[in-house]
Amino acid sequence: MRHQITLKIGPATFRIGSAWRDPIDRLASLYAAYPMLPGGIADFSVRLEPAGPLRQWLRPSIFITGDHGLAEAAPMSLRHGLLAAEMGMNLQMALGWRRHLLIHASSVEKDGRVLVMTGESGSGKSTLAAQLGERGWRLMGDEFALLDLATGQIFPFPRLVSLKNGAIDVLSAEVPPDRMGPLLANTAKGDIRHLVPRGGAIDRMEEGGQPALLLFPRFGHAADRRDVGQAEVFMRLTQASTNYVALGEAGFLALSRLVQRVPAHAIDFPSGDDAIAMIEALWEERA
Amino acid sequence: MSAALLVRALRDPASVAALNAAGWNALIAAARAERLIGTLAVRVDEGAVPDAVRPILADARRDAEREARQALWEADRAALALADFDGPVVLMKGTAYVAAGLRAGDGRFIGDLDILVPRAGMDDVEQRLIAAGWEWVKEDPYDDAYYRQWMHELPPLIHRERDRMIDVHHTILPLTARPRPDADAMLADAVPITERLYMLSAEDRVCHAVAHLLADGDLAGGLRNLWDIYCLLADADPAKLAARAERHGIAAQVRQARRLADGLYGTGRGRVGMWDRLVLRRLLARDGWGRETRKLLRFGFYLRSHWLRMPPLMLARHLLTKWRKGHRPA
Repeated sequence: MRHQITLKIGPATFRIGSAWRDPIDRLASLYAAYPMLPGGIADFSVRLEPAGPLRQWLRPSIFITGDHGLAEAAPMSLRHGLLAAEMGMNLQMALGWRRHLLIHASSVEKDGRVLVMTGESGSGKSTLAAQLGERGWRLMGDEFALLDLATGQIFPFPRLVSLKNGAIDVLSAEVPPDRMGPLLANTAKGDIRHLVPRGGAIDRMEEGGQPALLLFPRFGHAADRRDVGQAEVFMRLTQASTNYVALGEAGFLALSRLVQRVPAHAIDFPSGDDAIAMIEALWEERA
Repeated sequence: MSAALLVRALRDPASVAALNAAGWNALIAAARAERLIGTLAVRVDEGAVPDAVRPILADARRDAEREARQALWEADRAALALADFDGPVVLMKGTAYVAAGLRAGDGRFIGDLDILVPRAGMDDVEQRLIAAGWEWVKEDPYDDAYYRQWMHELPPLIHRERDRMIDVHHTILPLTARPRPDADAMLADAVPITERLYMLSAEDRVCHAVAHLLADGDLAGGLRNLWDIYCLLADADPAKLAARAERHGIAAQVRQARRLADGLYGTGRGRVGMWDRLVLRRLLARDGWGRETRKLLRFGFYLRSHWLRMPPLMLARHLLTKWRKGHRPA
């Protein structure tokens, strides 16, 4: 493809090709602190292609695909090229990664022990991880937590944090502007702005840790917390995993071990500051 | 062209030792796009590949093992559902290759479960599968009627719990196609794999794969189908195969498949004609990013596949109906 870049996030190397220059330039600038492997061997190829014969020039629009793709994926405007590249990488991980059990979760680490937060889009897991990452924790990732099949450790996938809507203002208040990407207005998921994790998160992106606490956060409710039984945790995590079925017995064993060893709670919270206080208290108590 | 790279790696796995990083990226992208990454992974010597490639191939091998396990389980479930069916149940394609331990099954991607049963028993088989939890996929009445009147198989059924598809065939080509393979002869000569399940004879396995590749489809996924054929040919007796192909009305296609398989995966010393070259160009239309190339040639083969499947007037009616329903060629 005409424009390309090869970069490494956690354990995975991506070769991203694009029919346009702009998305690659933006990736190069926002991922400047990450390992670049020009001409290296990649685990996955991502392709940003014109969505139709004329769509390279006329109302340019991107079809996201690669080694793994979804035929029905909706085309995206070239203005949102950075988001398209991010989605392309996520797609490869979700459909193709086999070296860990992939859990749709954010994770942060302190003293070698890991807090994992899982929930649906809008639960607040991404924003909380980003905030904790600015306040003494090491951000491991806002999208996928990688559970090692043999050791039970969680490994990072610290791509750019994708902040949505209200979370953008919350984080831009405490993060220097040079670590924030351009505002991508009116995407299918609303406004999006990317956050570059702090240096430590990137430098230590191959370093895992033992999971110590599992949370199911829920934003927008009165403060509340409840224990979650192992059976429920197991079911929710199978649903939050994109490769649980593909990994077969190895995935079952790794997930069973996680569920049996790590305490789990559901927390409801009305604001980010409430949530962080609840999390720090739980961490002292349980982890 | 990276499809050519893929073909060379399958033909001569040791040749990958000479690849640079760009070559590996192209090979992996093409192998994934052609669904041959598992086959490649079992053929290449792990010691001879760069560190960054080793886990990619290991992942592909593990995926292939899972595919095989799932396919065998589906076959087992179908065998159970059809335990009291009065007639042979013949496994076809990937599941048969894996169940019988054939070389074509090594590392192979396996999609649906394909079985062949006598045409007279189709209704009975359908009822038994539905009773065991399989359901219709296509709700569209036109598609359903089309399948039942003109196709060589039932409309696809999917299992409501396991989400796996079964294709129940009573012959190997659509009834509208010009060649009319002798399904009764195929059933009569099928060989047992288990107490309940059979597979086609060595010669009929080749005939089936060839009919599928050269007398029916648009050559999508053709590199893999041709790899199957190349592997299956090793078990077939050449004289018996020629006679069998004659009987099924696909003698020319089988001769061509032998030339193509030899040209791509074998010694490559045989003579190829103009038509062979065109088919080869189509088969190799894949670039170093795994993208389809030669769009016009691809479209030509797409049109041809319909032409092969049905007479012109019927084709026109069919395409018009599908167009109205919003279907567009990829």
